[in-house]
Amino acid sequence: MDVSVIAKEIKRDDLLHMYYYLKLTRALEDRITALYRQGRIVGGVYTSHGMEAIAVGYASALERDDIIAPFHRDMGAFLIRGFTTGEILAQYLGKRTGPTKGKDGNVHMGDLKRGVFGFVSHLADNMPVAAGAALAFKIREEPRVVFAGTGDGGTSRGDFHEAMNFAAVRKLPVVFFCNNNQYAYSTPLRLQMAIPNVVDRAKAYAMPGEIVDGNDVAAVHLAAKRAIAGARAGVGPTFLEFKTMRMHGHSEHDPATYVPREVLEEWKKKDPIVKAERLLKELGYGDNASFQEVTARAKSEVEAGVEFAEQSPLPEGPEVLEGVFADKADSH
Amino acid sequence: MTTMAQATEDVSYLEAISQALDEEMARDERVFVMGEDVGTYGGAFKITEGFLQKYGEWRVLDTPLSESGIVGAAIGAAMMGLRPVVEMQFADFISCAFDQITEVAAKNHYRWGAAVPMVIRAPFGGGVHGGPFHSECPEGWFFHSPGLKLVAPSTPYDAKGLLKAAIRDPNPVIYFEHKFLYRRIKSALPTEDFVVPIGKADIKRAGNNISVITYGAMVHLALEAAQTLAQEGIDLEVVDLRTLMPLDKETIFASVRKTSKAILLHEDNKTGGIGAEVAALLAEDCFDCLDGPIVRIAPPDTPVPFSTPLEEFFLPKPSDIIAAARKLAAY
Ligand SMILES: Cc1ncc(C[n+]2csc(CCOP(=O)(O)OP(=O)(O)O)c2C)c(N)n1
Repeated sequence: MDVSVIAKEIKRDDLLHMYYYLKLTRALEDRITALYRQGRIVGGVYTSHGMEAIAVGYASALERDDIIAPFHRDMGAFLIRGFTTGEILAQYLGKRTGPTKGKDGNVHMGDLKRGVFGFVSHLADNMPVAAGAALAFKIREEPRVVFAGTGDGGTSRGDFHEAMNFAAVRKLPVVFFCNNNQYAYSTPLRLQMAIPNVVDRAKAYAMPGEIVDGNDVAAVHLAAKRAIAGARAGVGPTFLEFKTMRMHGHSEHDPATYVPREVLEEWKKKDPIVKAERLLKELGYGDNASFQEVTARAKSEVEAGVEFAEQSPLPEGPEVLEGVFADKADSH
Repeated sequence: MTTMAQATEDVSYLEAISQALDEEMARDERVFVMGEDVGTYGGAFKITEGFLQKYGEWRVLDTPLSESGIVGAAIGAAMMGLRPVVEMQFADFISCAFDQITEVAAKNHYRWGAAVPMVIRAPFGGGVHGGPFHSECPEGWFFHSPGLKLVAPSTPYDAKGLLKAAIRDPNPVIYFEHKFLYRRIKSALPTEDFVVPIGKADIKRAGNNISVITYGAMVHLALEAAQTLAQEGIDLEVVDLRTLMPLDKETIFASVRKTSKAILLHEDNKTGGIGAEVAALLAEDCFDCLDGPIVRIAPPDTPVPFSTPLEEFFLPKPSDIIAAARKLAAY
């Protein structure tokens, strides 16, 4: 299929917007990796290096009132939803100005006002929660959609299947996705499931599914748009399998020697940023000079974030006691 | 106990729960119930009988057999502004949803400021020959998880008032309703709207000699024992915790400071139960005023057995309380 023909369905500005967020995600995560190597990050670092097109592609396909229940390699979704580089870096440094005020680390952050559910370590736990948010929209007859994902490993959890089943039975406006990056920590897909494609799991729930090139931001965006439109129209849930590859270790401490180097070399050629640049050139939307300009803009946004985070105060010890119970409920 | 002027005909504990749910659903359209067989069938114990016809299938949701999925969905709906009430068919099956409750519902507000206003109704407790999987008292599992509120009413008045308070609370509340009490305990209720505040214990019988600190079905056992003991001149004070988390330490301490002796009574297993925590609190805060050892009465550390003689042996009895009180009075 000629990619540029399909990509023409996307407006020029939208493609350039996505390209900027691909670059910003890469620049931010590379900076976080560098800080980690310098020993300045509190806790672990899990990046989306090589997989940025997924979060950027789907998050840019949603409306403001929609909800995202991100996966732990979805940095692009946080950025598109308005989390600043400063807030995110403050989170990684355990500062009070981070979205969890130092209560949690790395991508374990969320904000109801910006429609992003906090990530829960227990993989797939947010899948039923996402279905519940969609249930609220259905009960209130609001045209809102939830986009919720997990990794190939996470799809083995019971909660994943409970959520898929419930959403299918009640035709809830939710799009489930799996980020199939071939490995769950060190466990390859063939030891995770006996089926070749994760999307086959959706068949048990009579849920339509689609395999999408997860390294192609335009393909992700368009598939997400289709699934979202269906959910908004009351058709019910869809399952999207984004095929990709994890180009770093499970976390930055993991050299991932269990992944054959040749495999990584092959996937490197499919880098989502390189792919996006090729597409932009083909469509006449960008050239090397404009790409460099975007890179510089992303870098300076990241540096401003580093400065903000480093100058931010750490929380005080007794703040640990705050917030166990809510005094009032928010309404969304 | 009820001070309000108007009172109804006697209402059962079960009917009180049903009334609370019905009134809250009528009062606030955000409130909805979900669970296995709560719709057409009206719930395994008929708490939601007639609700489906009254409120429709999107406010009375029959769900797949899927406790973790149900609780997770309730969390999501709660964060989106609804007020879900989940019915666990039996409290025992809450173990399937343990992860959603302790990791998601309990921690969301602390971690990222997202309130989770939801209620899980959990029919618990023994005395009904339910055996190891239909008689459990799982409150101890959750007592240890910060971020959850736990309530366990013993009377129709408390059952109704606490369920209303739980539904109006901005936090996840597990509402332990005792199956043994459903149709056995009745009383008149006020006709006007009322709540029983979460976090307040209640003195079900005032007395001067020994405090029995308890909750749920055991409250009635303690009251029965108190009648017998009164004839011997031993005056029990029966403290009904009503809320297990957060514990009403003030009321507990005030009672023990008055009586100087304490019996902790519950139906959950002894080791690591709520009685163990109350005992530790008394040792920390009331050591000076204790005139005898702290006594715990609880089932042995075994699963709840099925057969009548086994279950009778397992569950605390009024005679256990009477024996312990006599010993403690003589101390
Ligand atoms: C329920 C649960 N079990 C184990 C873990 C530890 N763990 C964290 S990430 C991970 C692998 C995840 O693999 P996958 O879902 O494929 O996502 P990926 O990290 O590969 O993108 C494991 C085992 C966890 N977070 N949650």
